[in-house]
This record gives sequence, C-alpha cells and structure tokens, in this order.
Amino acid sequence: MLLSIIGHYSLILGLFFSLVIIFLSIKNFKNSEYLNTKILFSSFFQLILVSLSFLCLVFSFVFSDFSNETVFNNSHTTKPLFYKISGTWGNHEGSLLLWLLVLTLFIFLFLIKTKKQPVKYKILTLLFQQIIIIGFFVFLIQTSNPFNYIYPTPDEGLGLNPILQDPALAIHPPILYLGYVGSSIIFSSALAATCLNMISKKWASHIKKWVLISWVFLTLGIMLGSIWAYYELGWGGFWFWDPVENVSLMPWLALTTLLHCILVLEKKQVLTSWVIILSISTFTLSMCGTFLVRSGILNSVHTFANDPGRGLFILVFLFSLILISLFVFFFFHKSNQNELNNFSWLSKETSIIINNWFMMYFLSVVLIGTVYPIFLDVLSSQKISVGPPFYHKLIVPFLIPFLLAMAIGPKLKWVKSNLEDKFSLIILLIISVLISFFILKIFEANFLINTILISSATYLFFITLRDFFIKQFSNISQNIAHFGFSLLILSILFNSLFSSEIITNLKVGETFDDSKTKIFFKSIKQKEEKNFKSIIANFNIENSMGIIENLSPELRIYNQPNIVTSEADIKTTMMSDKFIVINVVQNQDYFNVRYQVKPFMLWIWLSVLLISFGGLLSLFKKKL
Amino acid sequence: MYGRKVKLRFLFILLILTTLILTVFLILKSLEENVVYFQSPSEIKEISELDKKKIRVGGMVKKSSIFITSNEVKFIITDFKNEINVTYSGAIPNLFEEGKGVVAEGFLKDRNFFSATKILAKHDENYMPPEVKEALGNK
Repeated sequence: MLLSIIGHYSLILGLFFSLVIIFLSIKNFKNSEYLNTKILFSSFFQLILVSLSFLCLVFSFVFSDFSNETVFNNSHTTKPLFYKISGTWGNHEGSLLLWLLVLTLFIFLFLIKTKKQPVKYKILTLLFQQIIIIGFFVFLIQTSNPFNYIYPTPDEGLGLNPILQDPALAIHPPILYLGYVGSSIIFSSALAATCLNMISKKWASHIKKWVLISWVFLTLGIMLGSIWAYYELGWGGFWFWDPVENVSLMPWLALTTLLHCILVLEKKQVLTSWVIILSISTFTLSMCGTFLVRSGILNSVHTFANDPGRGLFILVFLFSLILISLFVFFFFHKSNQNELNNFSWLSKETSIIINNWFMMYFLSVVLIGTVYPIFLDVLSSQKISVGPPFYHKLIVPFLIPFLLAMAIGPKLKWVKSNLEDKFSLIILLIISVLISFFILKIFEANFLINTILISSATYLFFITLRDFFIKQFSNISQNIAHFGFSLLILSILFNSLFSSEIITNLKVGETFDDSKTKIFFKSIKQKEEKNFKSIIANFNIENSMGIIENLSPELRIYNQPNIVTSEADIKTTMMSDKFIVINVVQNQDYFNVRYQVKPFMLWIWLSVLLISFGGLLSLFKKKL
Repeated sequence: MYGRKVKLRFLFILLILTTLILTVFLILKSLEENVVYFQSPSEIKEISELDKKKIRVGGMVKKSSIFITSNEVKFIITDFKNEINVTYSGAIPNLFEEGKGVVAEGFLKDRNFFSATKILAKHDENYMPPEVKEALGNK
C-alpha cells in the first residue's frame, strides 16, 4: 500500500520535473555558455524519481502486495522470486514504466557523456526528449497507472501467464526496450542538430555511439524473443512473420540502414537529409511497435488481451511526434547543394546506398504486409492475414544482389576507386557457385534460386573469412558483423531446406514408424512442483542409422492461472537440433506428438551473436 | 542546354521513380496472391462458388465434438448459427479446447468440410481473436 503511494507520487513529481526542465531550458537557451547546473540536477532528480517509482513496483511484486491492481493481475504468492521480479515488466503498465525509466536514463547519460558538443544542441536534445518523456508520463498516469489499488485487498493474485515464466522472456523486454528507447536519443538529437543546422561529420561521429548501442541491444532483444518462441511455443520455428515480430524487425531494418548512412556521413558530408529521415523513422517505427502490440489492433498469434482505449492515446501521441519532426525537418533543414558533386559512382558510398535501397525495400515489404490487413479491415471490414509466402516471395530473391553488394562494397574505397584484386574476387565467386551447386546436388534440393542464393551467401562468407587474414584488423568489427550475416543467411537457408517434421497422435506404449524414423512412446510420469503439475513423457527415437535418442518433453498444468503449456525437449548439437513437443486434448488418451530435426539451429543464434559482437566491438574500437 | 548537374539529378529522380513504381507493383501483386481471408461458418454457407484458395475459419470448438485417431483430429467449429466439420493432422496448440475460440487455416472441401493445415495458437486464455469475437456476434 505504502509502496504504491510512493510510486504514484514520484511519477507525478517526475512529470512536474519535466515541466521544470522545459522551463529552465527555454529560459537558459539564449545565453547559454555552459550547461546550467539546475538543468542537469533536475534531470538527475527526474531519473531518481522514475527509478524510485520503478523500484516501488518491483518491490510490490516481490512482497506480493495485492492491494496493487497490477500486482494482483499478474502475480501470485507461489511464483518463484525470479518471475515475481520479471513479472514487473511482463505486463502493460510495468513495461511502460520501464520504457519511461530507460527514456530518462538515456537522456541523463547523454547529458553527461556529451562533452564536446555545443550547449545549445544539448539543451535542444533535452527539450525534444522531454516532449517524449511527458507523453509517456501522461500516458502512464492517465490510462495505465501501475499503482491503482484495489479495496478490499485480495488474498491471492491471478498469476502471471505461464508462457511468460521463462528466463529468456524475463530479460527479453528490458533488452529490446534498451534498443527501442535508445533510438529516442537518436531521434531527439537528430531534430536538435537539424534545428541548429549542424548535421555534419562531427555530429555523425558523436551520434554513432548511440546508434551502435541501440542497434546492439535491438539485435540481441529480437534474438532473445526468437529463441523463446522457438522452444516455448512448440512450433519449432524461430520466425513466423507474425505482426508482433515484424514490428520489432522494422525498427531494426531502419536502424541498420541508419548505422551505415552515419558511417558515410562521418567520412563525407553527404546524405544529410537521408540520415535525418532515418533517425526520425527509426524512433517512429519503435513507437509504432509499442502501439501496435499494446493496442490489440493486430491479430497476432502472440497477442495478449488488452485495452483498445490505450491505443488511441499512443496513436495521437505518435502523430504529434511525426508532425513535430516533419515540421522541424522542412523548416530548418537546408540541404547541401554540393552533395551531388561529392559523389562518385564506383565507391563505398554507392554500394552502401544500393544496400540502403534494398533495406528500405525490405522494410516496406514488412510494413505493408503488417499494416495492410488493418487498413482492409477498416475500409471494407474484410478479415485477412498475410502469411509467410508473401514475405518469402518478395524478400528472398532480392537477398541475392543484397549479399553480393555486401561482399564487394567494403572492397571499394571512399571517394573514387577501382576494384582491386579483381582476380581473386572472381575466383572466390566461382568457388562459391561450385560448392553450393554440389551441396544441393548431394541433398537433392537443386533449384535454381536456391543455388544462386546459397552461392551469394557463400561468396560473402568466403570474402569476409579471407579478410580476417589479409586486412590486418583494418575494419574488424564490420568484417565480423558481415561474416555473421553471411553465416546467418546460410544457416537459415540450410535450416529451411533440410528440416524434417513428423506429427502424429500416440498413446503410451505405441510406436510410430515410417521407413526413416521410429518414435516409441515409452512412458509418462507425473510430478508436483511449487506452482504447477507436470506430466513428463519419455520417448525413444531411432533414426535410419540406428542411433537411439532419448527425449522427454513435458506438459505443465499451472494452477494459477489454470493453463496448460508444453515444454519442448531439445537435443542441441553443432550440426542439428532434435526437437520434440507433446500436447494433450481434454478427455482423450492420445497425445499429439511433434518431432522435428532442424539442422544448424545453433548456428542461427551464434551468427546473430556474432553480428551484435561486431557492433559492440565497433563501439569500443577507439578506446583500444 | 542543361548542365551536367541537372541531367544527373533528372536521371536520379527517374531511377527512383521507376524503382518505386516497380516495388509497389510487385508488393501489391504478391499481396493479392498470398492473402488469406477469414470466414465464419455462416459466411461459408453463403459462398456461391468454392475457391481453391487457402482461408481461415474461426469460431468456437463445439462441445464434445473433438475426436482423435492416430493420424488426425476431427472437430466442429460453430458460430452458434452454423457449423463446419474440420479434419486436421498437425500439431495441436495448448489452448485448443472444447468450448474455446479457435482459428483454423486450410482449404474448403465443400461447404460442410474443411481440411485444416494449421491451428493457430494463442498466448492468453482470455484472449479471443477479434475475428472470432465478431463471428460469434459478441456472445
């Protein structure tokens, strides 16, 4: 009870400090020689208040204070401590409070860490950031207050949705939010820099750090969500082109594009408008993501029950942000007339721009596929969904030139250049084509598009691999990231080409047998845990080579809320994952069994880790 | 005549425009081919022509209609006005239960039989897909 009160009032006080900061910044804007200590202090105090409020919510969860509505709805006394804490952001109100916390944290870090930039720029960035912060304060306090109390106090909470009680999903939201919200800093500072007409090489190298930070977190966040979906949802896939997944992919595409453009801007004074537009759209897409996930507009397989009233607020807020940024862009931005003259066609920046176009194309495909159903529903009330074939058909063919440009692009120099060592580049291309042709021939999956696609991915793989040995650490972070990307594409391709699946219904003691695989359902046993009952099944699986694998998938029957979840059993090796999941239908003695062999699954995760490691390395490169 | 700069810019804009038009055309065309329509059992009864395209059917799983054999699951989807028989031989999601909402994706055999290729899972027992809610007429 006390915690809720403290939490609630620190939120209101935090909002008050936003107004103080805005007042102080406007007052000090004209005659600013140094950053006013009062401003710094206020924004520090705001951070403390929001953290306090967040901690209050965390402790309400830890102590199971059911007088708090959020805790009542999402927690239960029998839940393990770890999931009590992660339950804080496993719900709408708590996750928004986390957004706000990260927003205030980032702007404070920005103020301290940014030393060499003009004070006016810092203050303006703070101002834009405060507009976003105020929006979130009002949103929290008005429509989704995490500190509403219930009277009389219930004895027991409703419990957290069991599929959220999982280590990967416990840390997925904070990591993803660091990425999403990190883009808010890019947004605010891009607007500030536009106002002061200082989009320049200097600004680029300063903002690059922030782009990298949010990019690394966003990449890791998406990966965690994907890993979770893989083992927890029991479909045995890692990406379903589901709207909720797509909304996290869109900011990632925009951010990746921005990252590359910033590099161009850092070297040459070109692409200024493009960088601003990308900065704006990255953050807008992040906000859209939050809006679409939280408003319940999307019909997603991941959807959680929620309240459409909140959606309207975010929508209005989103549109005002877009309006403000468009206004700033068109009023203050003076495009540099000399930009086109600085441009030469065969150069690094051309290849980056070409890949930018592809990224934008991928982005628009994902965007249209995601929002088209919403529009059609509003316009003609026809209910449709856009499935994976749409994305595959439109994205996969264009990966080929994309990969090739990625392989050759970094070989080009800035400004004007001729391709050096053409000979070895061509040799490698021929080798890649041959290798992929033979691989596919052996496994009898030899379609033209597969061959070309795998060739180009292998090409990128070889070229980046070779560069580790010749280039002597010249641009190791970029090379690692690109190498990781080639590995990612290769593992995804092999994974989708060579996965196999058996779905059948079995009773205990029965055996499924097709000529290649035998699945013997040995036994089941029951176990009581603290907050669920579990049924553990035991399977012997024999493949055509006679190797027997023992797997034990599990069914969990949670008592609060009363939900059955399946826990897959996965045997991971370097070469492939063996994945089995069972399910039961009420009053039937058949178990629904799904067994999959998924090659190179581990490599998908490893390559994403490698990609983000590349980003991380680039962040610390200067200090080395 | 025009300077080199103007020509270059013109070329550039032309390139962007063609790419844009091509992109939009490509996307729209493939949207048309890959969209899956949602229909309720009552809507299916009124279809004049049976399409070979993939559709989604949603509603409630009728009470005591689930019947499992070793290679398939049979059940009935109802919107309390009309029903449709579904056969399915794939993985069953956790929240698939009698008397609960369901969305099945697959092909119509005729107006009374639907052969499903996928049953969509949901994360939340309280969640009802908006389509199903509408199909059930806010029951």
